[in-house]
Amino acid sequence: MAERCAVIGVGQTRHKRARDDVSIPGLVREAAARALEDAELTWTDIDAVVVGKAPDAFEGIVQPEYFLADALGANGKPLLRVHTAGSVGASTFIAGSHLIRSGAFSRVLAIAWEKQSEGNAQWGLSGARSRGTGAGGYFAPWLKTYIAETGAPEHIGWLVAVKDRLNALKNPYAHLRLADITVEKVAASPMLWEPVRFLESCPSSDGAAAAILTNEAGARRAAQRPVWVAATSTRSELGSFPGRDPVRPQAAIDCARDAYRQAGITEPRREIDVAELYVPFSWLEPIWLEVHGIAAQGDGWRLVADGVTELTGAFPVNPSGGVLSSNPIGASGMIRCVEAVLQVRGGAGEHQVDGVRTALAQAYGGSAQYFATAVFRAAMP
Amino acid sequence: MPASDIAIVGYAQSPIAATSASEVQLLLPVVRDALAMAGLGYGEVGFTCSGSCDYLTGGPFAFLFNLEAVRAWPPIEESHLEMDGAWALYEAWIRLQGGDIDTALVMGSGKSSSSRPADVWTLQGDPYYLAPLGVDPLSLAGLQARALIDAGKATERDFAEVAVRSRRNAASNPHIGAHVGPHVGAHVGPHLGAAGELSVAAALGSEYVRAPLRAHDLAPFSDGAAAVVLARGDRARSLCERPVWIRGIDHRIEPHLPGFRDITSSASTSLAARQAGYHGGPVDVAELCAVSSPQELILRAALGLPADTLVNPSGGPLAGNPVIATGLIRIIEAASRIMNGSADRALAHAAGGQLLQQNLVCLLEGELWPNGVP
Repeated sequence: MAERCAVIGVGQTRHKRARDDVSIPGLVREAAARALEDAELTWTDIDAVVVGKAPDAFEGIVQPEYFLADALGANGKPLLRVHTAGSVGASTFIAGSHLIRSGAFSRVLAIAWEKQSEGNAQWGLSGARSRGTGAGGYFAPWLKTYIAETGAPEHIGWLVAVKDRLNALKNPYAHLRLADITVEKVAASPMLWEPVRFLESCPSSDGAAAAILTNEAGARRAAQRPVWVAATSTRSELGSFPGRDPVRPQAAIDCARDAYRQAGITEPRREIDVAELYVPFSWLEPIWLEVHGIAAQGDGWRLVADGVTELTGAFPVNPSGGVLSSNPIGASGMIRCVEAVLQVRGGAGEHQVDGVRTALAQAYGGSAQYFATAVFRAAMP
Repeated sequence: MPASDIAIVGYAQSPIAATSASEVQLLLPVVRDALAMAGLGYGEVGFTCSGSCDYLTGGPFAFLFNLEAVRAWPPIEESHLEMDGAWALYEAWIRLQGGDIDTALVMGSGKSSSSRPADVWTLQGDPYYLAPLGVDPLSLAGLQARALIDAGKATERDFAEVAVRSRRNAASNPHIGAHVGPHVGAHVGPHLGAAGELSVAAALGSEYVRAPLRAHDLAPFSDGAAAVVLARGDRARSLCERPVWIRGIDHRIEPHLPGFRDITSSASTSLAARQAGYHGGPVDVAELCAVSSPQELILRAALGLPADTLVNPSGGPLAGNPVIATGLIRIIEAASRIMNGSADRALAHAAGGQLLQQNLVCLLEGELWPNGVP
């Protein structure tokens, strides 16, 4: 019989292009210490630690969690290191939730990080070959296919780019602060990988995010109002084979369906109040809206066009500013979870959406082939 | 408390040797064979978890390609750890506790021959204090051996006896092949080979590689892969005549810098063993992830193994060490002896980091519980 899992503390760093004011241990400790402070717990209250980050090639350290064990207060405890490419932050959260559900541990620290300023992420993403196309070059043909198939007008991508950057201005932890951003500026920014323009792309950030997970007994004693993990799901598929649809990956669809089944969600648009989706390139927002059943197939872009996904819209997406505003790659999936938790708790501050009872967090990795999804609720499942 | 009725019902390991095959080519047959042993088809597994290390392949996202080996289509529920496959088994064991699935597939793979291990593993050190010193794993092993001698806990002859027994045991291990190393990128002195007869006197007469360690005291860097199938309760009994029950499994980590801990003992191994439910008592077989002969002595003491326990009957890592799969292979070697009836109770150990920084202990049993219900 599985234990219930709740989040009782969250923390994240101020995300920046280069956090040259802290070492790597300093960065992860900043997020972990904030999560502990939020939970009103100390390092000794933690039973196990799960660490996630994207490829070690980004910082040039093999399995860096071994040297981070001290900074994370992990000595004498179990420590796991997850790596599922871009989805890793959410996968790390889910691995932590499994430790709670198993009944083996009462309080788990799940933390994910990336300090991209230590190395060259484009080099790392390109299979450690020079002058690779980068992630944008990889995804651009699929985004073009989406546009061709749905007839979406080109300004949809610009709208997403502006919305997320304006949301980021309300989030004190966000990296990009583009106060003067406009649709015209996005449209005039250089074309990087058609149809993705410079201002439709995520930045490269340093950052970390952490969550403290506990069981039902721990939630009862928590300092914060616990936020319940109503569902977690992961799905993976091969990155390339004849017949694969990379625009609507089956793994993404299955992952959403599995999470909804666990949470008892049958009408996602009505039953979910806010979503933090992994959108490193603007056009992925309408695509994920469709994959998650929030919009009908081919209609995702219409929600964007109608302003439905704005902070004050009927279905806000990425009120934090999303990956388009902060992208410490390994941490980005965890930031989605942390922000979803804050929304359910009513603790998101200026970018809080009113009356959130249910929030969705999602991340993807690899060739849009690794998916990790979680549903958070105010009510105990 | 986690359930203790999760069992190993299938497994397979590749030849442990240098190969031109890719990591996914190493994994394809072991996944096929482990599933066949359990009588499960691709797609019939509830959860899949793999352990691999990008730096061995020399590029990011090595594990993405390893998905080919499990035929991840239709999509599967899956995770990946940048750790030895033994920890992937741990994560699968944790996932099975959720109660909604009853089978899991675990993989571990490592291909050291395509990189220079002495360079790669030096980059595992703290990037501010340790890595800049260029301390490679063999030098660290030498420091540990020296500390053990200085503490009066062992002699060079003790080391040689461990190595001689490992080589003798390895001679009957069908998986052991030709190795890379043992000192890739830092070759010093003659390579004595990992398997076959060697006398203690001859061993002690050979040159030092890193004093006080000689070639036979150090594990080679090998290529290899392994896969394990887990199942719960009645499902395990239906899939396997003699399931190998995981009575307990736990892992613990210690401070990173060697100067911050006692490297002549292994506190985290002792703790993990207790947490896994081993408090002494008879153990038929122990498979220990000792990558130097002194480490076997340290681990025996840390676990408190009885004198009559058969240690590393496979030859252990000194005979074959496909890093990142070595720990999972220890679990397979221990489980295989329970499965074939030659053992009833076994301990398997896996390690991560340098000088036993992180240790996993798994307590395996073959017998059914008295009333048939755990």
